[in-house]
Amino acid sequence: MFYREAGDFKTTYSEDSQTFPIKFDRIRYYAVLAVAFGVIPFFINDYWANAVFVPFLIYSIAAIGLNILVGYCGQVSLGTGGFMAVGAYAVYKLMTAFPEVSILIHVLLAGGITALVGVLFGLPSLRIKGFYLAVATLAAQFFLVWLFNKVPWFYNYSASGQISAPERDILGIIITGPNTTASAKYLFCAVILLALAWLARNLTRGAVGRKWMAIRDMDIAAEIIGVNPLAAKLSAFAISSFFIGVAGALFFAVYLGAAEVGESFGIQKSFLILFMVIIGGLGSIFGSLAGAAFLVLLPVFLKNVLVGMLGWPTDLAAHIELMIIGGLIITFLIAEPHGIAQLWRLAKEKLRLWPFPH
Amino acid sequence: MKMKFTALVAAAMMAAAPAMADLVVPSLSYRTGPYAPGGIPYADGFQDYFTLLNERDGGIGGEKVVVPECETAYNTEKGVECYEATKGQGALVYNPLSTGITYQLIPKVTADGIALYTPGYGRTSASNGKVFSNVFNYPANYWTAASVAIKYLLDENGGDLKGKKIALVYHNSAYGKEPIRTLEELAKKHGFELSLLPVDHPGQEQKSQWLQIRREKPDNVIMYGWGVMNAVAIQEAVNIKYPMDQFIGIWWSGAEHDVLPAGDGANGYKALTMHGTGMDYPVYADLKKYVADAGKGAGAGDQVGTVLYSRGMYAAMVIAEALRTAQGIAGTSAINAQQALAGFENLEITEARMAELGLPDFGQAFKSTCEDHGGPGMARLQQWDAAAKKWNLITGWIEPDMDVIKPLIMEDSEAFAKENNITARCN
Repeated sequence: MFYREAGDFKTTYSEDSQTFPIKFDRIRYYAVLAVAFGVIPFFINDYWANAVFVPFLIYSIAAIGLNILVGYCGQVSLGTGGFMAVGAYAVYKLMTAFPEVSILIHVLLAGGITALVGVLFGLPSLRIKGFYLAVATLAAQFFLVWLFNKVPWFYNYSASGQISAPERDILGIIITGPNTTASAKYLFCAVILLALAWLARNLTRGAVGRKWMAIRDMDIAAEIIGVNPLAAKLSAFAISSFFIGVAGALFFAVYLGAAEVGESFGIQKSFLILFMVIIGGLGSIFGSLAGAAFLVLLPVFLKNVLVGMLGWPTDLAAHIELMIIGGLIITFLIAEPHGIAQLWRLAKEKLRLWPFPH
Repeated sequence: MKMKFTALVAAAMMAAAPAMADLVVPSLSYRTGPYAPGGIPYADGFQDYFTLLNERDGGIGGEKVVVPECETAYNTEKGVECYEATKGQGALVYNPLSTGITYQLIPKVTADGIALYTPGYGRTSASNGKVFSNVFNYPANYWTAASVAIKYLLDENGGDLKGKKIALVYHNSAYGKEPIRTLEELAKKHGFELSLLPVDHPGQEQKSQWLQIRREKPDNVIMYGWGVMNAVAIQEAVNIKYPMDQFIGIWWSGAEHDVLPAGDGANGYKALTMHGTGMDYPVYADLKKYVADAGKGAGAGDQVGTVLYSRGMYAAMVIAEALRTAQGIAGTSAINAQQALAGFENLEITEARMAELGLPDFGQAFKSTCEDHGGPGMARLQQWDAAAKKWNLITGWIEPDMDVIKPLIMEDSEAFAKENNITARCN
């Protein structure tokens, strides 16, 4: 009944190759956009922005970035936290060095700088793959954290090595700093997520994405049919790092406001984002969003239920929360090894036949 | 799912919101994670003191104090969530017990007009009230601690540290890095040699640092550690037979659970402190009567009287006194965050007042002004007696070298003011 192609006639090629070929899917997509941009900004308050939506949007960007590398191009990376740190420190240096430039430009430039660093650390991928590449990117993670701890220039010689985001705006609307309104924060991150997700979706549907997937599925075969592994792998590293750098910049400047490299961008962050990608579904944009939602929203939700509603002691709730999330991750992956995206795909198939499955 | 989530969280927030007239003092605590050994006693002491005020005196000025607890696990992201979750309840002051979270909250509380009280931790230069209007870190801070430690060593060495080697073992985070600049200045002034040994979070791995200490044989080791790092460092020092009486920890590295694992080896270890410890204060009789025996104690109740329990209680006592001062200034007992701020700015704690509160000679007397949010910064030294399992005070109050610290505070706070376009107050 839902998600049916019946009666949805395509008369041009562009209609035939659009992102959401099924009409119902398309309407659902516009409905989500309408709610995200037309409803939520008017009702959002500080708590919902800072505890729920902004982290969700930022982690989504990072998860999409990592998914390009791991899910589409098949290059395992454990350096996500380090690359986010590059984005954060780049935006901090840019914000303090050029205060008059719009923060949007700084965020995009920070992404660009991270892309360069990503390409540099992606070079080993031309020689090594699989677990060996994972170890090489792990080295990137530790090196970058060490670097930002060690060289005082990166944190402008502050006494404690902390970086704090000063107040910056776009066309007079404050985006960073403590005086930012909840809706400005939310909209800024939402617009960037939308633009980047749209970009990622179209890249992966086009020639670039097909080359990545060819490399992922079998690199020798890909090389024989004419895919240049150097260009494909390095472009995956560059674009993935760009996304992750933008996420890191937003994470520091818009969400946290102050950060310390070891604590905010440590190895746990790399794993957290890798888990988002795996739980959400490798090689799926929707999966990245679903994975981010699962790991960002669920802990907040459980905390509010256990402490806020049931009135449990905070330590007990924190421990139980870890157990519930761990248990759910295992259950999810046993029930559907391809992640939430695959569950969603199956649900769509079922809905298509419903209510007459035979 | 989305709707359900919304409805549940809305319900949760409603359930958590107390009656508006109460004084809300959120406790951003951590009872889980690698820093829980320090977080638990502090949170217990903090809760218990306010419970005592509620049970014995009916609150502060007749207003009950509500202390909603929120678990941060010493994690800055959870800290943000906790801050946003509790500020809507009418929070008057925050005391996050984490330097990382403090750095994040400084701009936020300033924008929201709420006080931030960070005794003995946080951003040291926040003691300049001209720049940091909402942050208070009296009676002492990281830099005064470093200076007091060096002053003590000066006394020990007949006023001369020339040519001595001093090593700083520190938690490689904002917290541990804070004293470096002060110690570098002091090294220049007194002519000692400073070597820096960072320990990465969470601090279980310190073999290489202590190997270096064994090789370099510094005359003294100063430690800025927290959580499991402390116990590991003291054990490592015992393993390389470093003389314990030349090993000084800051007040965050001087609790019972830090030295107990090393057993007899830890005997003679010294630590700074900014308040008294132990059960020899009259307030404990009341705490036992109104809180512990009434079954209203926080946590497991096994931390009463420990170093960090005392510190949590001390922080609660200062906050309670500040709120009382604020009530006096505002002329009403139901104060809001803005009025509470005035209480912190005009707070005066005297010896006599502490004795009245059942804590005679517990802390130092201090007075806050518009310019000075940092207090005198004095500290004492205590030494661990492993046989008696007890901390003994070995010095009186030692004053820090303000000639060195004042310019550093000015420099750092002015850099912050410039970066954030803050114009100085109190003119």
